[in-house]
Amino acid sequence: MSEHIVPVKVYIGVWAGLLVLTGLTTGAAYIDLGVFNTVVALAIAVAKMTLVVLFFMHVKYTPGIPRIVMVAAVFWLAIMMSLMLADELTRHWTPVAHSWGAGVLLPLLPHVLR
Amino acid sequence: MAEMAHPSPEHGHESHVPELVHQFETVEQQREAGTLGMWLFLATEVLFFGGMFCSYLIYRSLHPQAFEIGSHLLEVKFGATNTAVLICSSLSMAMAIYSAQTGKSKKTVILFLVITILLGLAFIGVKLYFEWYHDYLEHIVPGFGFQYRPEWGANGPMVQMFMVFYFTMTGVHALHMVVGVGILTALIIMAARDRFSPQYYAPLDISGLYWHFVDIIWIFLFPLLYLVGGRYMSGGR
Amino acid sequence: MSTAVAELPTAPSESRVNYLNASYGIKSWLLTTDHKRIALLYLVSITFMFVVGGVAATLMRIQLIEPTGAIVEPEVYNKLFSIHGIVMVFFFLVPSIPAVMGNFLIPMMIGARDVAFPKLNLLSWYLYITGSLCMLYAIAAGGVDTGWTFYPPYSSTYSHTHVIAAVTGVFIAGFSSILTGLNFIVTIHKMRAPGMTWFRMPLFLWSMYATSVIFILGTPVIAITLFLMALERLFHVGIFDPAVGGDPLLFQHLFWFYSHPAVYIMILPGMGVISELIPCFARKKIFGYKIVAYSSMAIAVLSFLVWGHHMFVTGQSIYTGLIFSVLSFAVAIPSAIKVFNWTATLYKGSISYNAPMLYALGFIGLFTMGGLTGLFLASLATDVHLNGTYFIVAHFHYIMVGGAVMAYLGGIHYWWPKITGRLYPDAWARFAALIIFVGFNLTFFPQFMLGYLGMPRRYAVYPPEFQVLNVMSSAGATILGVGYVIPLIYLIWSIKYGPIAGPNPWGATGLEWQTPSPPPTENFEEMPVVTEEPYNYPGTEVPVRG
Repeated sequence: MSEHIVPVKVYIGVWAGLLVLTGLTTGAAYIDLGVFNTVVALAIAVAKMTLVVLFFMHVKYTPGIPRIVMVAAVFWLAIMMSLMLADELTRHWTPVAHSWGAGVLLPLLPHVLR
Repeated sequence: MAEMAHPSPEHGHESHVPELVHQFETVEQQREAGTLGMWLFLATEVLFFGGMFCSYLIYRSLHPQAFEIGSHLLEVKFGATNTAVLICSSLSMAMAIYSAQTGKSKKTVILFLVITILLGLAFIGVKLYFEWYHDYLEHIVPGFGFQYRPEWGANGPMVQMFMVFYFTMTGVHALHMVVGVGILTALIIMAARDRFSPQYYAPLDISGLYWHFVDIIWIFLFPLLYLVGGRYMSGGR
Repeated sequence: MSTAVAELPTAPSESRVNYLNASYGIKSWLLTTDHKRIALLYLVSITFMFVVGGVAATLMRIQLIEPTGAIVEPEVYNKLFSIHGIVMVFFFLVPSIPAVMGNFLIPMMIGARDVAFPKLNLLSWYLYITGSLCMLYAIAAGGVDTGWTFYPPYSSTYSHTHVIAAVTGVFIAGFSSILTGLNFIVTIHKMRAPGMTWFRMPLFLWSMYATSVIFILGTPVIAITLFLMALERLFHVGIFDPAVGGDPLLFQHLFWFYSHPAVYIMILPGMGVISELIPCFARKKIFGYKIVAYSSMAIAVLSFLVWGHHMFVTGQSIYTGLIFSVLSFAVAIPSAIKVFNWTATLYKGSISYNAPMLYALGFIGLFTMGGLTGLFLASLATDVHLNGTYFIVAHFHYIMVGGAVMAYLGGIHYWWPKITGRLYPDAWARFAALIIFVGFNLTFFPQFMLGYLGMPRRYAVYPPEFQVLNVMSSAGATILGVGYVIPLIYLIWSIKYGPIAGPNPWGATGLEWQTPSPPPTENFEEMPVVTEEPYNYPGTEVPVRG
């Protein structure tokens, strides 16, 4: 937060942009993009979040620690997700404990693992 | 608590500004401290919701098909409407702060706060009645008469898992909205008592941060819960 | 008005208005927003919880005198170790130094009148009390037997004990931690006195700052984790339940994502205390101030990257195990750096063996042992043998008791004159420190051996060949218990009968020693201005002894 007063026009613009992006993400769901459906949906969500954070939450006009706090929180979430996913997705790569070679070759045959 | 206009915070008069609490030297320091405090709290909320998002992410990666089935049990129109409702409420919240910043009448500030509350209540209403209650009637609320459907096949348990996450995540989010409505009510009372002015609107600002954050959570919940796997197959619900 | 180092008090502290006598009555304490009074409220409540956890430990050690179990059935023993763990971790160690010493000292050390949000500070205490009451209810209603780790599906499906009450208590106490951490971070960022740059802050503040970062980023995760497990238990829905496709390891990941950084919550403040004690009682500037400060922050960051080492034998991916193992070796480095720096500070210092120093020296040795044994556990192959045994129990007790509790006691003794305006009897204090040191080692060193020899932890009975070591451990526990009771007695005695303390009985540096003992409610008569580096000890003897 700062003394900077954001003009109403900016607020209205952000609001309109958010609604447009909402329509976009909803509409995109009805088009077959395969795996990109998820990518597009998340990208739009990130874009919406950015608009809210920068303008509604005034981060564009708030220098210093609050930005670091926000980035740190998201970064820590990323740590949690990546290391947990790393376990969940690679757990079945070594079905036979003593065969280290199996850990490399067998992931190529996923149906064998299950 | 002074009810009339406050002296402008000049150097020598800082300690007489009624809103300045004793542990701070200047109103500026107090305001920055309050803002930093709220951002730190929001960081904790990121990790709090993050635990659920992370768990959701893992199960979705492992069982994409079941989660798609689960997602198709939800109605996009309600999710999309609620998203729009929250976006509008963020605008009205921003406008409430703007009104205080620019010295508009307290009626204007209160009006925007009331609009925000009404939109928040609308969100909760849609969720509770059109979504959750109907889900209950359709027996897809886990722990409350959940019934597997034959068309789910072997995906049954993980479809239930999806619904567990749906209710937990939107439930915790709704809880945060209810708290937000409570905070907004308190702000209305403060505004009615002439507490806010261009020199002092920190509670509005800080509560705004909270409200916008709850909006951001929903911005992610909507695509992750309602739009899994797209809707092109089922023709949309 | 000047409070120079050598000045003796001219009047008994009772006749001067200070934070203790500024107002009377129970309301003035229960509704206080003075950080110093809140610190004392915490001191009393966590001491109570320490006794609760200690009683559980006592019963456990009595049980283990006999291989077939001396006093209780396994079902009851399961409750004892669970209660011991939950109470000691969440209701004693996590709040201890931050809530007591952090609350009391942070504003004083930075030259502020109070923390940033005093009312939030009081709320933190009430949250702690509420959480403690939930836990006490769980104990009184029959206990909980899941272990402090609450692993499902046992905790969510099969246990018939008061799991919900216990996790509710932990959940609420967690919010106490979060608000405390929030308060500390804002206070340190925004309320330092003029001239108090980041690198002029005492190292205790760096540790508290790093601890607060962990509070903020880690605690919410255990909150949501326990919440999800409680949902599973209450509504019989599967989140971690393998029967419906859930993953029990998901709980463990989420649980340890907080609980590993939590152990750094428990040790970092202790390290901060040691960084204050060593320079004072060696009369020497700390060696490598900036490195120690950076190490605190490094520990806070790295602590979040190693949680999987608690899960090496659970079926976790071997590849993630490798990553966590490497990172666990890495996190040992900043801790080791601190030990090197403390030792280097002692070198050629003018050392006096007051009670706080005895605790500090004990800390360095015992923490080092605990930390080094952690490396055995960080190594995948050796962990397979040692996991689930008494080796682990010994490892973490060396750090938590030999480290954190000793630092806590050292800090209590060091700042006691400031807090109460009284000196405690130093001979008794040194005697107690020695008893604690002996008792501690006799209790826990045999446990390293027991673990290596294969005795599992959390077992109410054991094979007869382990009896000798178990009896030694129980004997040590008795001595340790006596050691803890002695300070309780003389510290309380000293409040009324101890000699009056001046503003700076140790001749220490730091803003907190520039005010009277006990301090006035507003801490400083005038906002101090800092012009000196910290720890600029002249190298003379400690001027006043208790």
